[in-house]
Amino acid sequence: MSLLEVRKISKSFGQVQVLKDVDFSVKAGEVHALLGVNGAGKSTLVKILSGDYTKDTGKIQLNGEEVSFKNPAEAKKNGIAMVVQEVDTALISNLSVVENLTLDDTLSGSPFGAVSWKKRKRKAVELLQRVNKKIDLNKLVSQCSLSEKQMILIARASAANASFIIFDEPTAPLSDSETKQLFEVIAGLKNEGIGMIYISHRMNEIKKIADRLTIMRDGKVVDVQKTEDLSVEEIISKMLGKTLKSADYTHRELGSKIAFEVKDVKVPETGSSFSLKVKEGEVVGIAGLVGAGKSETANALFGASRTKGSWLINGIEKRIHSPLDAIHAGISFVPEERRKSGILIDFSVKDNLSLPAIKSFSPYGWLQQNKERDSALAQMKELGISASSPLTLLKHLSGGNQQKVSIGKWLNRESSVFLFDEPTKGIDVGAKNDVFRLIASLAEEKKGIVYFTSEFDELLQIADRILVMYDGEIIEELTNAEASHEKIMQAATGGNTVEATDRIEQLSSSGKA
Amino acid sequence: MKQPIELNNYPQAEKRDRKEGVIDFLMKYGTLIALGLIIIFFSLMNEQFLTYGNITDILRSISIVTLVAIGVTFSMIVGGFDLSVGSTVSLATVASASLLVWHSQELLVVLVVPLLLGALIGLINSFIVVKIKIPDLIGTLAVMYIINGVHLTYTKGYSIYSNMPMPDGSGTAPGIFIPAFQFIGQGRIFTIPFPVILMVVLVALVHVFLNYTKAGRLFYITGGNKEAARLSGVPVDRYRTYAYVISGVFAALAGIVLAARIGTGQVSAGDSLLMDGVAAALIGYSVFGAGKPNVIGTFIGAIIIGILLNGLTMMNVPYYAQDIVKGGILVGALALTYFKTKTDS
Repeated sequence: MSLLEVRKISKSFGQVQVLKDVDFSVKAGEVHALLGVNGAGKSTLVKILSGDYTKDTGKIQLNGEEVSFKNPAEAKKNGIAMVVQEVDTALISNLSVVENLTLDDTLSGSPFGAVSWKKRKRKAVELLQRVNKKIDLNKLVSQCSLSEKQMILIARASAANASFIIFDEPTAPLSDSETKQLFEVIAGLKNEGIGMIYISHRMNEIKKIADRLTIMRDGKVVDVQKTEDLSVEEIISKMLGKTLKSADYTHRELGSKIAFEVKDVKVPETGSSFSLKVKEGEVVGIAGLVGAGKSETANALFGASRTKGSWLINGIEKRIHSPLDAIHAGISFVPEERRKSGILIDFSVKDNLSLPAIKSFSPYGWLQQNKERDSALAQMKELGISASSPLTLLKHLSGGNQQKVSIGKWLNRESSVFLFDEPTKGIDVGAKNDVFRLIASLAEEKKGIVYFTSEFDELLQIADRILVMYDGEIIEELTNAEASHEKIMQAATGGNTVEATDRIEQLSSSGKA
Repeated sequence: MKQPIELNNYPQAEKRDRKEGVIDFLMKYGTLIALGLIIIFFSLMNEQFLTYGNITDILRSISIVTLVAIGVTFSMIVGGFDLSVGSTVSLATVASASLLVWHSQELLVVLVVPLLLGALIGLINSFIVVKIKIPDLIGTLAVMYIINGVHLTYTKGYSIYSNMPMPDGSGTAPGIFIPAFQFIGQGRIFTIPFPVILMVVLVALVHVFLNYTKAGRLFYITGGNKEAARLSGVPVDRYRTYAYVISGVFAALAGIVLAARIGTGQVSAGDSLLMDGVAAALIGYSVFGAGKPNVIGTFIGAIIIGILLNGLTMMNVPYYAQDIVKGGILVGALALTYFKTKTDS
């Protein structure tokens, strides 16, 4: 029976110690969840285990013997594989599925050795059977869906005779049925005696599949328990180190006027047209699974894609052909992909916060850097952005703090409409609560708010009205009182859960050669 | 959420911090230290090196490269690249010489026309790169060929100088290089060469512009992340266009100074300036650990290159071997910018 143990591991980056005497272990055939808010040290720990980082002090033991890995290849040789969160970084997108699946054979063989594609294909088929996924072997990885890519990674990890597999937030990009499929694969791997480390922010998943869990906070292990011995509330309070005030839905008084109205805005990517009315102080949630067309719609509403339609802000018709037009009309947009489109990671907190309202910080074109700094300091305090100074670069901030900047920068403008696209993606529970409080206070100031998300529970907490999107179209409208997770899910999967799963299976099998 | 720790409890951490401190210090001041060492070395090797005459010589010799490099800096700030600056210098040199010698024009015309040509080339570049979306390296490479061809075709391959025989055989050229024009390249104000004054003033102006104005900030923001900038309301395409136009105008200005300095319209005179300008801007990344294009750094980069060329020439190192040293310095400066310990990522 194999056992992977970590004893008293410490690791510092510069002045910051991110791991402090961490003990951790995972047994064969066990799913061990690793929990903690962003910055707690989970990623650093698994990166040490997978050979990506080297430890400063402490021991890693495999079946009682001390091992040390200088690089990921050595970890792999010792049977430790990792399914990274950003699957694209681990696959070679311009090679075919077979070539990616059997990449390790390509690497280990002699550079001039002949490649038997017949053998390779046979192996690839076997591997995919193991994860129970049908993917066209000759397809390029760049044409695969996210879940297909993930399955290729898992299959490849099991091919390397891994005895331990690390999953870093594997379900974040997956739809519900894909998640179910992943859990079946994990159950299968468990039966084969493979030990798994599972990082996730989703509590219901942890409760479903984890046998044990380790909770980390500020680089230390605060608790190791069997999953059934802790309730979700207990887990969260241990992660945060305090009990969380739960932000239940509270009904607010809506204004009588319409803050934001769009009519027949064409969304080029989905080919559908979109109409919406948002009252003053109303939070309208747009629920939809990954791939339902939410981000595309949000971008179109902000004028970020080539689109046509009519926009009314506070009843006044506005022409919107670009994000700049939208901003001038009084719309603010917090995009889904924070690092790619929400913030500038190589720039300071103050530069990011002042950007949309840069005109008010630069009379006659001259920057008032002191005013910028003071305003940034005030905002940092107000929004709880923890950074050592307004001059700290965004790349040194945690995901939650980056997100607060991504939202906070719009508060320097007098916007009347706020669009949020998956604003809680990749941020921890504490930061999530801060974001919710912020949205609620915007609603109290009579702003119109549109909230796009695939996390349905969030909408139940915050939205006054929930519209469900499927395939680019709104197919259901619910008030908060009417809505439930099940109802939203049913609509989001196209009316009928069973049917939708069938449809997805049909699609994936028709992709097979 | 990450808390700073008390270092005393972690002797290992302290040791590593000292090592990182040294690396930090080198990344910040390495280029300036290298500059200091080069100056000390050459002044020990040759007592003529640190004389007023030689120092102004060096500064005058780098003034043209610096002007080109300022333009290159702008294109790099917005995340682009402009390979056509060398050919723009050549075109501007030939254009001003032709206006003087072939067309006997006044000073104002001789200055304005080349600058407008530079701006036009910038507009062509931005049309190709920003509108048609051809990658900058390839797009401006193509423009470089075209401009080179245009200026050679225009002069039929002849250099232009005062009292030259006209290429079409119609006698002697009517105009000359007028003194007011030559002053731009050869004149002195209080014993300081005019090109040096021009260079220092422009470096200072551009520095102020880039660091203390809204437009300067938005140039940097555009280069930092185009998509995030666009979604924050920055007209990124407009700023990228500005950058290429500024690049073209500075190259044209360099061409004018070059023509005034050598007193002829030499064909292909700007060829070597492209690489030197790019090298100066890249060395500039490492000055004060900026890690990004910046005009003071570019200036210091140009000084380093100028001093090396001057010192090596004084030591009788043949010009063809000097490129080896130039390349070496470039690698060193870029290493200071890009070398990072793994922990930093």
